[in-house]
Amino acid sequence: MTLHAPSRRELLLASGTLFAWAYVPKVARAEGRDPRLLVIVLRGALDGLAAVAPVGDPDWVALRGDKGLALDGKTPALPLNSFFALNPAMPNLHRLYKAGAATIVHATATPYRERSHFDGQDVLESGLGRPGATDTGWLNRALASLQPAGRTGHGREAFAVGPIAPLVVRGPAPVLSWTPRRLPPASDDTMMRLLDLYRHTDPALARVLEERMGLATIARAGGMDEQQPRAAGAGQVKAYFAESAGTAAKFLARADGPRIGALAFDGWDTHADEGTMSGRLATLLGALDGAFAAIETEMKEAWRETVVAVVTEFGRTARINGTEGTDHGTATVALLAGGALKGGRVVADWPGLKVANLQDGRDLKPTTDLRAVLKGLLKDHLRVDDAALASKVFPDSSAVRPMAGLLV
Amino acid sequence: MTLDPKAEAATALHRFGVGPRAGSIVAIASDPRGALLAELDKPAAGRIANPDLLASGPAARAAFEFQRARRAERQAQRAAQQGAPQQGAAQQGAAPEMTRSADAAPAAPPAQPPRQGPGVPQQIYLDEAKARLGAALDTEIGFVERLVWFWSNHFCVSADKGNVRPICGAYEREAIRAHVLGRFGDMLLAVESHPAMLVYLDNVRSIGPDSIAGVRRQRGLNENLAREILELHTLGVRTVYTQEDVTRFANVITGWTRIAPGQDPARAGDFVFNPNMHQPGPQTVIGKTYAEGGVEQGRAMLAALARHPATAKHIAGKLARHFIADEPPPALVDRLARRFLDTHGDLKEMAKALVTAPEAWDTPRSKLRRPGEWIIAALRATGVTQPELGPVMQAQNLLGEPLWRPPSPKGFADESAPWLDGLAQRLDIANQLARRVGGEADPREMFEQVLAPLASTETRQAITRAESRPQALALLFMAPEFQRR
Repeated sequence: MTLHAPSRRELLLASGTLFAWAYVPKVARAEGRDPRLLVIVLRGALDGLAAVAPVGDPDWVALRGDKGLALDGKTPALPLNSFFALNPAMPNLHRLYKAGAATIVHATATPYRERSHFDGQDVLESGLGRPGATDTGWLNRALASLQPAGRTGHGREAFAVGPIAPLVVRGPAPVLSWTPRRLPPASDDTMMRLLDLYRHTDPALARVLEERMGLATIARAGGMDEQQPRAAGAGQVKAYFAESAGTAAKFLARADGPRIGALAFDGWDTHADEGTMSGRLATLLGALDGAFAAIETEMKEAWRETVVAVVTEFGRTARINGTEGTDHGTATVALLAGGALKGGRVVADWPGLKVANLQDGRDLKPTTDLRAVLKGLLKDHLRVDDAALASKVFPDSSAVRPMAGLLV
Repeated sequence: MTLDPKAEAATALHRFGVGPRAGSIVAIASDPRGALLAELDKPAAGRIANPDLLASGPAARAAFEFQRARRAERQAQRAAQQGAPQQGAAQQGAAPEMTRSADAAPAAPPAQPPRQGPGVPQQIYLDEAKARLGAALDTEIGFVERLVWFWSNHFCVSADKGNVRPICGAYEREAIRAHVLGRFGDMLLAVESHPAMLVYLDNVRSIGPDSIAGVRRQRGLNENLAREILELHTLGVRTVYTQEDVTRFANVITGWTRIAPGQDPARAGDFVFNPNMHQPGPQTVIGKTYAEGGVEQGRAMLAALARHPATAKHIAGKLARHFIADEPPPALVDRLARRFLDTHGDLKEMAKALVTAPEAWDTPRSKLRRPGEWIIAALRATGVTQPELGPVMQAQNLLGEPLWRPPSPKGFADESAPWLDGLAQRLDIANQLARRVGGEADPREMFEQVLAPLASTETRQAITRAESRPQALALLFMAPEFQRR
């Protein structure tokens, strides 16, 4: 074996290669577009009825009473149309909606009908019909399907923010992840020696280190490695959401950056003291609203080619439980934002809220398969073909047709 | 596969222990398996003897008292501020005089003295963290310590949930360490009746709809704890239970709560079964009916769960996955599950069955050490005995495994894949640690002491050819043979 520590020049070349090949969806590029897709997974199950309430439904008030959003009162909800209203913690999303750059999908769910977070997240992120498979995610497979096998190199990266890449973006296509540093970094020399050792002894570790090094180069060039003072409590949540989402957008916005990204925000499992209008959920939704703003800002002109899809594993019970929270449920909302959308609409085949219309007598009934929405985005935005969507990306989903008309 | 004695000793220390120190490998090389088994028979194995640590009751009361004092302080402040307009008016009259004299400023009393250091809950948390770190650095092999970590993660609580922070360390000592070599059923009961778990998974607020409190206060059920007991703690997800079982089981354990400060200050924070919150009547869960019997109804239910074959399978699979491989050999899992049932959940017998299995030794070392394990192993390799707590905690946070703060009731992931992404951060931490201790340490000697029997030629060369001692140490901590176990 040879053991040589590559020179700095070689290192720069290697890192450059990583992004010079940065993936652009081929067909979309032929059309003169350069689409970006960012998927945000809300872990813990977002209460869709607390985010976007059917204030025009005659059974709404009876269901949630003064714990539910209303158009009047101390913190009035933000009207979307004659039937739905948005949580008042989300003025940015409301503004985007009014400007035609946000779409709400309601009463939607994955095919999963049980109520375990971890299984539900597996189904949501793996794209499979049932839980249990946790090695690859649908977003990664969508990426992998865009270029024929055999073309190697760093051509198909997805991007993830945080120390742990979300399942949705893990898989055969390489994933780059980035976390803000808080410690002084190891020298390039140490890193190269380690990389050399890994290349000779442990290819899996070598791959991870290579990917991280490429990202570190961009982060340094973009001045993203500076330490941020830590805020506290609700401010900390807000700062974390905005920083993660803003960082992802910075990478996606670059001409030579990745085109597909994913991140996950935890904390939506509101079993007790949900705090829809002021409290825990309002804080989280406010932080998510700030994330939308950060993405829009950091995307700059690329915003018009961007779709952000916010999804969660399932919804929560239609009624408030005994502890002023909600338990695990079924249907919920998906929030879409971005300049590439034909927005300003709530897409919903509304199931109604009468007891007879509730799933198992307790949850909002799902009427839109979330996979239809995601397939519609992948098809019209990234130009993933129908066959790949039905077989590889969301296996066994040929009966679920891609939703048309989501994009401009 | 036969390993040479030193390699087998090193495997014992890396795979089943908390990582070798100088001398560890030689010390057990004559009989590595015997050494692991002997650790299980040590008196008070797994316990932390530290008279300064508070039991969960006193810890909770200290935190309540701290919070009460804070509230009182804030109220006094508000009262002072409400009084302020009058005072302000009076001072306005005296304004010319005040601007003249700098001495006048201190005459306005400061609202409160600046607070020093962390609050009581955080201080207790840090004391517990320090004791846990000490236990990991003190132990010879650390097999029992690793079992404690495993069970603590299996039955995790989070310090980030209100009021759990001051008692999460006590929880681990009282519910996990006390039973780590005892019976699963006893650990299960200790866990599910511990205030930390009852608070963490909301059972303290779950009220039987038809109970006295439920009827009077119009409050109701919270299914959180019941669901996670079935899904995560015992049977496992997608096994033998339904949504109805979850709801009925939630009814069974209504009334399992803790004493509120307002109820009885002397016993606040202790576990109590409150019959007024308990849903009356028999409940049928997973095909078996449990007669009304107050707290006994829940105990009987937990005892049945602890004996259930699905639980045996779930626990056996997790144990093998944690220690041996992400995809453990099915034959090993089957044997462990059978052992669990045959011994009525004797966890010491389970530990013995694990280390005497041939698969425990001939399965390749493919599992990535979790961040906490890796940090401890690196510290032990350096010989540091009294590290500063702050940087250790920060390192764990940065690597995504903050102590007693899991992201969900499922605990931290046990498979390698999710932790791979933190590899580059590990390098930064390895680099820092190496910089802190690297001046004095001899990396070649350290390599011989902790890694040589398992290491490749390439790793040996990378360490011996490093440009500096700190760099050599960083490479040692990052070597594949040190990352994987």
